Amino acid sequence: MSEAVELSGVTKRFGDFTAVDGIDLAVGDGEFFSLLGPSGCGKTTTLRMIAGFEFPTEGSLRIHGTEMGLLPPNKRPVNTVFQSYALFPHMNIEENVGFGLLMKKVGKSEIDERVKRTLDMVQLGSRAAAKPDQLSGGQRQRVALARALVNEPEVLLLDEPLGALDLKLRQSMQLELKELQHRVGITFIYVTHDQQEALTMSDRIGVMNEGRLLQVDDPEELYERPKSRFVANFIGEINLLDGTVGSGGEIELGGDLRVSGGDGLAAGTSVGIGLRPERITLHDDGMVPDGRVALPGTVASRIYHGDYYAYAVETPAGHIDVTEENRAGVQTHDEGIRVVVSWDPSASTVVVD
Amino acid sequence: MSTELRDEPEAVEVTPELEADAERAQARQGFLVALPALGYLILFFAVPLLIVFVYSFATRSSTGRTLLQDWNLDSYRRLWDPLVGEIALRSVVLAVLTTVICLLLSYPLAYYMATRPPKTRNLMMVLVLIPFWSNFLVRTYAWRVLLGSDGPISQLSQALGGEPIRILFTNTAVLIGLVYGFLPLMVIPVYAALERMDWSLVEAARDLYAPGWAAFRKVTFPLSMPGVIAGSVLVFIPTLGAYVTPALLGGARTTLLGDYIVSQFLAARNQPFGSALSVAVMVVMLIAVVIYFRRGGRTL
Amino acid sequence: MSVGLVPKSASERVLGATSWFVFAFLYAPIIVLTIFSFNENDNVGIWTEFSFRWYGEMFQNDAVMGALRNSLIVAVISTVVSTLLGTAAAVALEKYRFRGRTAFDGLTYLPVIIPDVTMAVMMLLFFVQLFAMLGGLGLSFQFGLGTISLSHIAFSISFVAIVVRARLGQLDPSLEEAAADLYADRRTAFRRVTLPLIMPSVLGGALLALTISLDDVVVTSFVSGPGSTTLPVYVFGLVRRGVTPLINAVSVVMLAASITLVLVSLVFQRRGDGDPGSAGI
Repeated sequence: MSEAVELSGVTKRFGDFTAVDGIDLAVGDGEFFSLLGPSGCGKTTTLRMIAGFEFPTEGSLRIHGTEMGLLPPNKRPVNTVFQSYALFPHMNIEENVGFGLLMKKVGKSEIDERVKRTLDMVQLGSRAAAKPDQLSGGQRQRVALARALVNEPEVLLLDEPLGALDLKLRQSMQLELKELQHRVGITFIYVTHDQQEALTMSDRIGVMNEGRLLQVDDPEELYERPKSRFVANFIGEINLLDGTVGSGGEIELGGDLRVSGGDGLAAGTSVGIGLRPERITLHDDGMVPDGRVALPGTVASRIYHGDYYAYAVETPAGHIDVTEENRAGVQTHDEGIRVVVSWDPSASTVVVD
Repeated sequence: MSTELRDEPEAVEVTPELEADAERAQARQGFLVALPALGYLILFFAVPLLIVFVYSFATRSSTGRTLLQDWNLDSYRRLWDPLVGEIALRSVVLAVLTTVICLLLSYPLAYYMATRPPKTRNLMMVLVLIPFWSNFLVRTYAWRVLLGSDGPISQLSQALGGEPIRILFTNTAVLIGLVYGFLPLMVIPVYAALERMDWSLVEAARDLYAPGWAAFRKVTFPLSMPGVIAGSVLVFIPTLGAYVTPALLGGARTTLLGDYIVSQFLAARNQPFGSALSVAVMVVMLIAVVIYFRRGGRTL
Repeated sequence: MSVGLVPKSASERVLGATSWFVFAFLYAPIIVLTIFSFNENDNVGIWTEFSFRWYGEMFQNDAVMGALRNSLIVAVISTVVSTLLGTAAAVALEKYRFRGRTAFDGLTYLPVIIPDVTMAVMMLLFFVQLFAMLGGLGLSFQFGLGTISLSHIAFSISFVAIVVRARLGQLDPSLEEAAADLYADRRTAFRRVTLPLIMPSVLGGALLALTISLDDVVVTSFVSGPGSTTLPVYVFGLVRRGVTPLINAVSVVMLAASITLVLVSLVFQRRGDGDPGSAGI
């Protein structure tokens, strides 16, 4: 089976501006794939090229092995859920959802049947005769989904579809979307700038910045092993300690600290050691268990967050943020006192660039 | 679906040349959509404009015919004739006066409208629009009925023991007619600017200890400035070239640029000079319009 | 909107009074004219009794009826043509990029800006030249309803284009993309999605073109020929000479017609976006 969507060397330039810069990407059949990145990173342009609203400047874009080239959107086996939903305001819900089938010249009775089934699937069977402006934001969102899914596309493209909803609704729609994708088994390509959303929903995530695809991995891998400073910083909170690769492959940090992980890198390369705040423990002097990397420091601040404490610790290797869960009996550390920060050697990750 | 796709000629890997081709095809389509209107406007607007321009350099024969030869600047030189200066000055003064009076009448109305509840606001807007879109000639004619020496105003004055009113065929009558004709052109943009304004800014000014009048002067008025400028240009332009109003309400000694230009074609038959006058008026208008767009005006 | 911003104060009362004065100023002439049109007396200034006499005479008057017929012919032709061309121009300018677009953009604004008088001069000289050229080819043309219609179209296209463009600019561009995404080709997407959504403004533009055509005096009087006088030109010729009860009646009919058109146009615009302020200029 070929990949659902395959991009190789896809570039899009608008005049002098390169919006998408030589992307290679393969999205598997039935996958929930997210394109994640800050606004202007090229993720929406990439999605629009798959949909056919923009044509690449160069490169190959295949859907199930078929080259899309300069095919207009109406001839592509994909459908889109727009950020603004783009429901036709002059048509009722039924007509909106049936529009694609009507254009494909599907028979009247089959249209009715499929529209009804799809509306029932998104729990809007009773609103078929309503106009879009009579629906709530969440309902409109579902109509947009139904209007795309009713056509049984090979790939469903979603452009920040939850962006216009409030937080509560957003979270419940995230679950609903994920569940829906399992049920219909269609490949979803989901564009978002919300890393939390991408982490919770996706099978795999591609992180983009400045037109380039930086890393494609599943959520765990992306969070635990970011390969670049940008990815490390963009996804979750992280401490990045500056270090240099020594001659033996070890990495030297400030305060004469040496950690492993520089194998295969040329001596003298500057790297960052990425450490998630929740993977670091604070100890009073002399209480560090064996086998952990330890570094002395001073607590600069402590902020109470309810379910956790956030500490800022000054160390010879730099400023380190630490979070400690607010468990029963947890020992807190006051500002100004000397502590030792420690972490398991496997908890850190090395980023180059 | 997929089988149909494979036969498409476009279904090849994209190169910059192909992308450029696709863009050119788009552009061609756009050009074709534009073509009927574009062709019409070139033939029936741009070419006539050019002809007026050409005529303004032509020569008038002794019999009043226009000779398209002996190209010269005589017509433009004549623009500096004191008579032309007097007419132009009168037109400009009248246009400025009209604009100022329209602004003085419109601003309170627009402000009042913008601070009403939406329903009242829309109803008042309709009341402004109705006379505006009503037949201009008829509305001007109505003033002739109203201001006539045996018209209702004069009769009222006499009934009250006063003199008959004799302002028809004077500059005052023309001024009234112009203000009346173009007032809505001021109300609409000023109202639009005030209505769009974020009124919490005024509240913020009041919160920061500005008294009502100061809040208006420092916040409201500057924010409504684009509307004021738009309205002023929209009133000034047609007033400067007005023809119907002075023709109906003005007298022999109130010639304005509009009727002066017309008379060059109908009475005096000096087409080159009339053309030069038209070009001059047009240049002034274009400058006014450029100012309008520079200050962020969008609607016309 | 915070109405309580300025409490019912002196300034509020001054504003209110000024506003109602302006409305009185706007409507008084229209009302007076309407009242006088129902005056039985031959002398406009002297009220005798209420009567439809002058309306009756108006319908008996061949010159008035002929001019009315001419006006309607010109208005219908120029409205239909300028609505089609103006809408196409709006679509081209708003939806496409092509070479010469900027120049075309400017060209569509010019006829709105240019004063009547200049437009009149332009059209007169143009047709004179054109007929001279065609005459050289042995073809003979005259000033008449044709030249009037061609001139009206030339300035109406712009008004239609501006009104339609304003609406097109407000439309969410993803609507057309959504139609394309749902297998509609460009033409179908326009016909089934864009056109229905801009229809109120197209009709608004058409009514505007109709109003302008029925309003025009200056351009028409320059390019009309024998027997092709329109109603406004005919009335203009008469009123320059003086006020008559017959003209009062004709005027009130013209006024009623244009007010009806405005109201219809407002209803259409309202259906479009609920803002009467966007009804035109």
